[in-house]
Amino acid sequence: MSATTAERVADYPPHPGTFVEEGYSLKSWLLTTDHKRIAILYLLAITFFFFLGGAAAVIFRLELMTPQADLVSNETYNKLFTIHGVIMVWFFLIPSIPAVLGNFLVPLMIGARDLAFPKLNLASWYIYMFSAALTIASIVLGGVDTGWTFYTPYSSMFSNSHVMLAVIGIFINGFSSILTGLNFIVTIHRMRAPGLTWSRLPLFIWSMYATSIVFVLATPVLAITLTMVGIERVFHIGIFDPSIGGDPLLFQHLFWFYSHPAVYIMILPAMGVVSELISCFSRRRPFGYSFIALSSVAIAVLGFLVWGHHLFVSGQSMYGGLVFSLLSYLVAIPSAIKVFNWTATLHRGSIAWDTPMLYALGFIGLFTIGGLTGLLLAALGIDVHVHDTYFVIAHFHYIMVGGAVMAYLGGIHYWWPKMSGKLYPEWWGRFSALIIFVGFNLTFFPQFILGYLGMPRRYHEYPPEFQIYHVMSTAGASILAVGYVLPLCYLLWSLKYGKPAGSNPWQATGLEWQTHSPPKTHNFDVTPVVTDEAYTYVEGKEQFVG
Amino acid sequence: MATHIVPLRTYILVWVALMILLALTVALDSLDLGWGNTVVAMTIAVVKALLVACFFMHLYYGEKLTRVFAAAGIFWLFIMITLALCDFTTR
Amino acid sequence: MADSGAVLHEQFDDLAQQHSAVTLGMWAFLATEVLFFGGLILSYVVYRHAYPHEFQFASHQLSVKLGTLNTAVLLCSSLSMALAVHAAQFGARKRLVFFLIVTMALGATFLTIKGFEWRTDWVDGFVPGSHFSFVSHTPRVDARKVELFFCLYFVMTGLHGLHMLIGIALLGFLTVHASRGKYSSGNFAPIELTGLYWHFVDIVWIFLFPLLYLIGNHAA
Repeated sequence: MSATTAERVADYPPHPGTFVEEGYSLKSWLLTTDHKRIAILYLLAITFFFFLGGAAAVIFRLELMTPQADLVSNETYNKLFTIHGVIMVWFFLIPSIPAVLGNFLVPLMIGARDLAFPKLNLASWYIYMFSAALTIASIVLGGVDTGWTFYTPYSSMFSNSHVMLAVIGIFINGFSSILTGLNFIVTIHRMRAPGLTWSRLPLFIWSMYATSIVFVLATPVLAITLTMVGIERVFHIGIFDPSIGGDPLLFQHLFWFYSHPAVYIMILPAMGVVSELISCFSRRRPFGYSFIALSSVAIAVLGFLVWGHHLFVSGQSMYGGLVFSLLSYLVAIPSAIKVFNWTATLHRGSIAWDTPMLYALGFIGLFTIGGLTGLLLAALGIDVHVHDTYFVIAHFHYIMVGGAVMAYLGGIHYWWPKMSGKLYPEWWGRFSALIIFVGFNLTFFPQFILGYLGMPRRYHEYPPEFQIYHVMSTAGASILAVGYVLPLCYLLWSLKYGKPAGSNPWQATGLEWQTHSPPKTHNFDVTPVVTDEAYTYVEGKEQFVG
Repeated sequence: MATHIVPLRTYILVWVALMILLALTVALDSLDLGWGNTVVAMTIAVVKALLVACFFMHLYYGEKLTRVFAAAGIFWLFIMITLALCDFTTR
Repeated sequence: MADSGAVLHEQFDDLAQQHSAVTLGMWAFLATEVLFFGGLILSYVVYRHAYPHEFQFASHQLSVKLGTLNTAVLLCSSLSMALAVHAAQFGARKRLVFFLIVTMALGATFLTIKGFEWRTDWVDGFVPGSHFSFVSHTPRVDARKVELFFCLYFVMTGLHGLHMLIGIALLGFLTVHASRGKYSSGNFAPIELTGLYWHFVDIVWIFLFPLLYLIGNHAA
């Protein structure tokens, strides 16, 4: 981005060192209000939870190698998939890109010194950690067996597991989401550098803005829903209790009013990352910039209109089903707009096959499969056949793992030199990306077939004829596990042994690449003044100068 | 600081209006209008809420963006209730 | 207005930017609160639609007099909160402290009246759960669904009361700071923001009052 810096000079007291050199003591990290340090705190926490949630998956994938129940009992199995869901959804996926990359990059990309509310930002991390502690406590004390969806009346009246602790944990976790979203919204509205108009904003910022809308408007509904479940469980004030005329379906409506948009909390940031990667590594301005930008907002809004497709076979009225089925198809439009614009950006671009680009290309393919199978599920008739089967499991893992996790890893690799100031070993990066892609497809593609053949989700035993697909899936999961451990190793290695990255190793445009790597505490030496849009690549030219 | 100073008189007038509306809604409650009662009561509630939001909360004097944010919460609540009722009223 | 005493946090360029940011942040937070109570409103609409007779009957058990009185108390507290902000805008310390205390007192009055109502409900056996002892004598009214109304009633008024408690605590904090002269005509954002919160809680009650109290007189 061409930015002139002459107009505003020496706006703030000089900070000679990078944000890392600001202090090495534990206190300097735990009491920091620097958005970059808070991003690192989140990075450490969610990495831990990613592997914890993954460990649960490893155990139940091993159990599913054989048709009989041989490794874990049915109760343990229920607790394992609940742990996996709860941790992966609320403690990894939802905070992943927003709280790590978003926290680190939003102020850098808009030329601000920090987020609008740095203390709230730190508070959101502590709230997250506290809620995580409660949830871990519920696991250590014996676990929860309701599934991550906490359907009533099982969760509110019958389950004998530690539902309350987990519910309180997730309730509190919501505040950390709300604070992050609120912070981003205000920051993006109020703290853009001079000249950085909305039509010049990086697409990642657009997606963060759309995500924040969902954070702020969906999360409180989860809070009130879980509050009602908790009150029903503890005080027997049974708002969803069928024995006094309560309607368990009301719980499902409220829960999915949050949880369906929550899927967009996971995928919108991923789309933002991929837009940045595709543009940088094909050396082109994103094709249809304004369409990609506005489709993020469209997805955020339309995402609120479709939740009823989770209730097609739960006893929802036929009319309700029709309305929600129709509305669900609408989300396909902005999603498809993005996919077509990314492919159009690739067309005639000079594509560089660096690690982040491999993840981005993987994302486009896997997200497309996940999205198209979603269309099948939105059709009332087909959903009756595949509802609550492995088809659904495969569908949403293509979106959440194939989509969100791939983009997260792509983003981590792309901005790692900016965050750490070091280059990671490129060969290992590409190798891991490949392993993850292969492992992922081997894990989840057979599940489409399993589901279509009728294997229901959440069972630890199954008829022997399904075994071949389960074995393929488990084999894929072990490859995937290796693929996920590798980046952990070489990224850590690069911190000490990696080559210095310089401020702009990818020759990328965008404000974040114009400052030091790692950035100084106040991000920029002087407030940048923006005179052009974020993507000023000279098309058709190889720009790697060396 | 860019805050608007509202004359004291406006505050008092708004408060008087609120109290009158309260008396009105309770008085109308003694009439039997069937479903009309709910419509009347909710309309008065909306007017009261608007008075509080516009004058006590300075929405009337604030910038457009603040009004958009205030409207967003209401609009999303509207989405939630309308779409949920697509199911509950057609069982 | 003078900018005396205002603290500019280092992430902002100037006080105007800082002020517009915190105001916007508060409104975004209030939008989340709308949807928090919105979940309860939806539950209410769904059940009232399903059980109109029981809702009418149960609402009739509540005291419209006390409900009206409480609404009036809360509207007065909103006025006094607005006057507190007005005083803060002029840096009038004594007036500010006075109106903050009045607002708190009115809030406490509201909660006290609410407490008496809850106590009556308890004595009459309308508190849901094992204590619920209402027996219906008309076939039109199913006692279990009356219990459902009271489930909603207690959660709605309870969560509203909790918000009031938080509001009073915030006002207490502000009163202490205000009496020490911490705020000035250029630095009163905390008072303005707490005011927004207080008015919002008032608005919630403006809707709860007709929904809970004013449906008892009429056939649905």
